[in-house]
Amino acid sequence: MRYALFLGCSVPTRGLNYELSSRKVAEKLGIEFVDIPEFSCCGFPIRSVNQDAGFTMAARNLALAEKQGLDVITLCSACAETLQEANYIFKHNPDKLAQINKELAKFGLKYNASIEVKHFARLLWEDIGVETIKKSVVKPLVEATVVAHYGCHYLKPSEIYGKFDDPENPTSLDDLIEATGATTIRNYPEKEKCCGGAILGVKEEDTVKMAGSKLKSIVELGADAMILICPFCSVIYEGNQKKAEKEYDMQFKLPIIYYPQLLGLALGFEPDDVGFKLNRIKAKALLEKLGLRKKPAA
Amino acid sequence: MNTIDDKKLDSSFVEEVRNTPGGEKIVDCFACGTCAASCPVREFDERFNPRKIIHMVLLGMRDEVMNSDFVWLCSGCVTCQERCPQGVTITELMMALKNIAVKHNIVHPAFSMQAAEVYRYGRLYEVGDLNARREKIGLPRIPEEPDDIRTILDDTGVGKIAREVIGTSD
Repeated sequence: MRYALFLGCSVPTRGLNYELSSRKVAEKLGIEFVDIPEFSCCGFPIRSVNQDAGFTMAARNLALAEKQGLDVITLCSACAETLQEANYIFKHNPDKLAQINKELAKFGLKYNASIEVKHFARLLWEDIGVETIKKSVVKPLVEATVVAHYGCHYLKPSEIYGKFDDPENPTSLDDLIEATGATTIRNYPEKEKCCGGAILGVKEEDTVKMAGSKLKSIVELGADAMILICPFCSVIYEGNQKKAEKEYDMQFKLPIIYYPQLLGLALGFEPDDVGFKLNRIKAKALLEKLGLRKKPAA
Repeated sequence: MNTIDDKKLDSSFVEEVRNTPGGEKIVDCFACGTCAASCPVREFDERFNPRKIIHMVLLGMRDEVMNSDFVWLCSGCVTCQERCPQGVTITELMMALKNIAVKHNIVHPAFSMQAAEVYRYGRLYEVGDLNARREKIGLPRIPEEPDDIRTILDDTGVGKIAREVIGTSD
């Protein structure tokens, strides 16, 4: 299994723990990631200003991977959406593809719409499979109880994703969490809710309220951590958790952990190998529970 | 909000929206309100109400829609689009409205800032010094070569918006 790894903007700058753990876990499971240094932003932040510009950026990235004969795996859900939506348009609309290729010719590139794009979590669920992951687990995380945050663009628009998971009641990330031996609370209030990341720069107050409301309901469940698969969701739930605590006048201190970090622990990696030191809200209590950090002497 | 001034309604607005990718299906809306009931932003901010925005477009309230902050408040979660019984691609419609606003020289500063960053670095964030930290923990260097991206942005008019921001901040 060989794929081009698409990092985008947030992962290589703000999600080093996500990148590190994903690379480690992939290698352990026999997935080879190829880095393409010419990759840029996927085009997502530009689409609101000019869709053509955004989709041309997406096409350039896709063409670079196609040139090497590789399908693309993304870690960021917004990248997954933008690249897949662009790909869907190019596969269904040859006129649009021809128009975009005129621009790509300036860079000596041409896109033939022959490759596929997938989110890393989807790859783990669909192609590696829960059973294989279970067999690779050397340290079942039975003491952990967590919740899954799916985010929006991992699942939606479901039409372009071929409805691989139910967008209203998804199970894939919960299945992946259970494969590590951890308990996942499959149904909780606001499970499907958006982090609000896309409007952080437009009206921060709205994002903080949206995020805080979800964090509050998770903390009230008594979960050890929120498990997620998108770097921008993490920027919101981890990076803005203090603001959300202020807004809701309560302490959350909820660790926000990327799924590959959790999986990494179950596959036998030490917490530091999969970037736990880089998590801003420390998962100390959880790691102690799992016997992966020493408890302070009583 | 004041009552509608009939004289200010612009029937060309809905046609412009229908002719913009994402806006094609707006006239199929039968105002059931599923979008507004599903919207996670509206839950916390009454100003953002997809049903209301759609109806304002259908009435031809160009100025009110274009000059208001609320078109920029869609979080793009796609929940409304998934649930719309009429198959109106509402998330894409909101994207179309933003694109139309930009065409008429209205860009929310949050988005022109993002365009400027992508123009500068080819990415939303500078990697710069972070490369040393990346290498220290065994991650590959990320080169910053934004030339192709600048060409794409310049050829689509986004470059001008980005350069205006860069010009004022330097």
